[in-house]
Amino acid sequence: MRGSLIRLIGGKTFAHGIHPPEAKDATRGLTIHQFPFAPLLIVPLSQHIGKPAVPVVAEGEEVSRGQRIAKPDGFMSVAIHAPASGIIRRIAPTPNINGKMEVGFFLEPYPASTQEVAEGIPLEASSASPEQIVEAIQAAGVVGLGGAGFPTHAKLRIPDGEYVDTLVINGAECEPYLTTDHRVMLEHPDDVMTGIPYLLRATGADRAIIAVEANKQDAADSLRLAIPKHAPLTVEVLPVKYPQGAEKMLITALLGREIPSGGLPVDVHAICVNVGTTAELGKLLPHGMGLQDRVITVGGPAIKKKGNYRIPIGTPLRFILETVGTEDDLSTVVMGGPMMGTTASSLDIPITKGSTGVIAFAEQETRRTSTRKQFPCIHCGYCLEACPIYLNPSQLGLHAEYGEHQVMADKHHLFDCFECGCCTFVCPSHIPLVQQFRIAKAAVRKARRSA
Amino acid sequence: MTALRKTLTIQSSPHISAAASVDSIMFNVVLALLPVCLFAVYEFGIAALLVLFTAVASCVITEHLLCRVSGHSTTVSDWSVVITGLLYGLVLPPSLPLWMVAAGGVIAVGVGKFLFGGLGCNPFNPALVGRAILQAAFPAAMTSWPDVSSQAFGSLPSSTLALPLTKPQFDGISAATPLANWKFNQVATDTADLFLGSVSGSTGETSALLILIGGIYLVARRMMSWQIPVAILATVALCSAVLHAIDSDRFAGPLFMMYSGGLMLGAVFMATDMVASPITHLGCIAYGVLIGLLVVVIRVWGGMPEGVMYAILIGNAASPHIDHWIQPRVYGTQRGVRL
Repeated sequence: MRGSLIRLIGGKTFAHGIHPPEAKDATRGLTIHQFPFAPLLIVPLSQHIGKPAVPVVAEGEEVSRGQRIAKPDGFMSVAIHAPASGIIRRIAPTPNINGKMEVGFFLEPYPASTQEVAEGIPLEASSASPEQIVEAIQAAGVVGLGGAGFPTHAKLRIPDGEYVDTLVINGAECEPYLTTDHRVMLEHPDDVMTGIPYLLRATGADRAIIAVEANKQDAADSLRLAIPKHAPLTVEVLPVKYPQGAEKMLITALLGREIPSGGLPVDVHAICVNVGTTAELGKLLPHGMGLQDRVITVGGPAIKKKGNYRIPIGTPLRFILETVGTEDDLSTVVMGGPMMGTTASSLDIPITKGSTGVIAFAEQETRRTSTRKQFPCIHCGYCLEACPIYLNPSQLGLHAEYGEHQVMADKHHLFDCFECGCCTFVCPSHIPLVQQFRIAKAAVRKARRSA
Repeated sequence: MTALRKTLTIQSSPHISAAASVDSIMFNVVLALLPVCLFAVYEFGIAALLVLFTAVASCVITEHLLCRVSGHSTTVSDWSVVITGLLYGLVLPPSLPLWMVAAGGVIAVGVGKFLFGGLGCNPFNPALVGRAILQAAFPAAMTSWPDVSSQAFGSLPSSTLALPLTKPQFDGISAATPLANWKFNQVATDTADLFLGSVSGSTGETSALLILIGGIYLVARRMMSWQIPVAILATVALCSAVLHAIDSDRFAGPLFMMYSGGLMLGAVFMATDMVASPITHLGCIAYGVLIGLLVVVIRVWGGMPEGVMYAILIGNAASPHIDHWIQPRVYGTQRGVRL
């Protein structure tokens, strides 16, 4: 309803959604700084959706920064590069953010090394074929830097019989606290402009739209100034709303197209790529380099030296927090934003390619959300008005309470939920709705596997 | 640099939340009802104050005791039972004997709310359940209205303090409510009097203006569906306008219908009970139209002058079905309204 009204007066957005406190003021004005190397980097083989990479170096081997240390295992997999010059001490299991153990490189950087980056074979956007670009992106180890970790090259291979007319560059950054995309757009608009032609060529799209939320007007201005002459490229400023950075919501906001349930953006002839990923492509591909670090917002109430840092992949949380300093009553460390991010169970978990932020909360804030009194559902309907895909979270929540997970999946579109957390955010009864939906999805998947 | 040793709290996202909570919503409804209550006391004097106080006290004590007896921690602090008590008190005649008020309060919370499982589970608005049972048990007492002009603030109708199970004596001839006056005597009441509330009727049903102010406050704070009262009032206005145009002697005009009796309080505060009304906007409109139609049907063709209470109770009963039929269309799917 409100979405359609805003559309009527010319603003572009999607329907429903929420307005959480933006909490970006502390870091939005801070320039990106290079972060120091930790004494030990832990680089997992699986930092993306798909198959883990296969090591091509052995324990005890010396590697130089930017050197490929693992190769992709099939199409749904990407390469991994050394984030620093040093020595591979071990290749062993290490905890990841989801609480599981997975294999990773334990890389000890040489303290005296200049940490110069190894360059490879450059690729020109104007002369390369779509296949070459897709291969180069896979070889550069690039995955979606917006948090999902989906291999970017896999998105760019358009299925036979389909076509793409619009490339959407996602600079919405709707999660509170995060300012990495904001700083990248502001400080490195040229990298974004260099990256876009590769994506246009790979997908065959006629035009690209960079979508920026209105709280980053300066970033939109900086991008507009950097647009090359005659480039089929526009910058759109959207009203601020969460979860506008979700692929489905952004494409609906910009193009008014609805991705079918269970479908992909390509079904509506669009492809959506994160702006940070695009900038990284613009930085890496012309030099044939691989991904070895990324920009991360380190912030939240429990962080002392908040900022936007370029941090080597594999830097453990402990090193980051010790370097920036934390308040004494630190109690929760979130990887990603506070709406969809994951809390770390150990400080030995490293930064991976999909990490957008490290947000730390103190005891006080943690207690405010985790120990609130829960009331019964009073059918207020706030969750229905918040859900960007028009589910009925209240109804789903009632089924979840009775463990009717299959009913949720069969009759109430459980698997259309992408876990943005809007329902839980607004629920005045403090019912952990999206959390219950995660449990329900896991239960249904398990039942399907055993069936 | 000191080594960081911390016990980390892990939880599933989201890690932040909005400030609103059930008790704050309920408390705001109580706030929105206060002007209506104050006006009732101003208009009907100390009798109304005693009725309201007894109603709230009996509801709160009943809920507290039932929680304790069933081994739960008390749910009185979520304010919902205070709303029930206030609404229940506001729909009673101001001269009703207090023991009847207390008995109805126990039934409202005990039967209307607690038996079904407490907050969030009541299929009907508990205040109306209490009133409906009183209406059946004490039809004479429930339709004896003191005349508003003859009331001095401090004077107490002799019926108020009647002993339990005795037949109360009502002072003098009880005044006719505007609706009864129209139904049985074909006498219309001045619309301005109706709107401002200087007419006889239930304790809190008389001032449409203050009820609307309370409703607008809640809608502005997004704590009440505007669709329900608007749909009810529009339906009543439209139907009565059509009927009035057909035969203006037999059928009252839309303004009279909207501002008289319990319609305003019912449409704004009773029908909007979140638990007992549909959850979607479209469902709320369907629910409002249904209640509006029933109000007109009962008032015009029924045996009683007023039908808001039964209309809302039937609407409450229909709302789970409305919720079953009317579901939002999920993003990326074709299926819309399930019929």
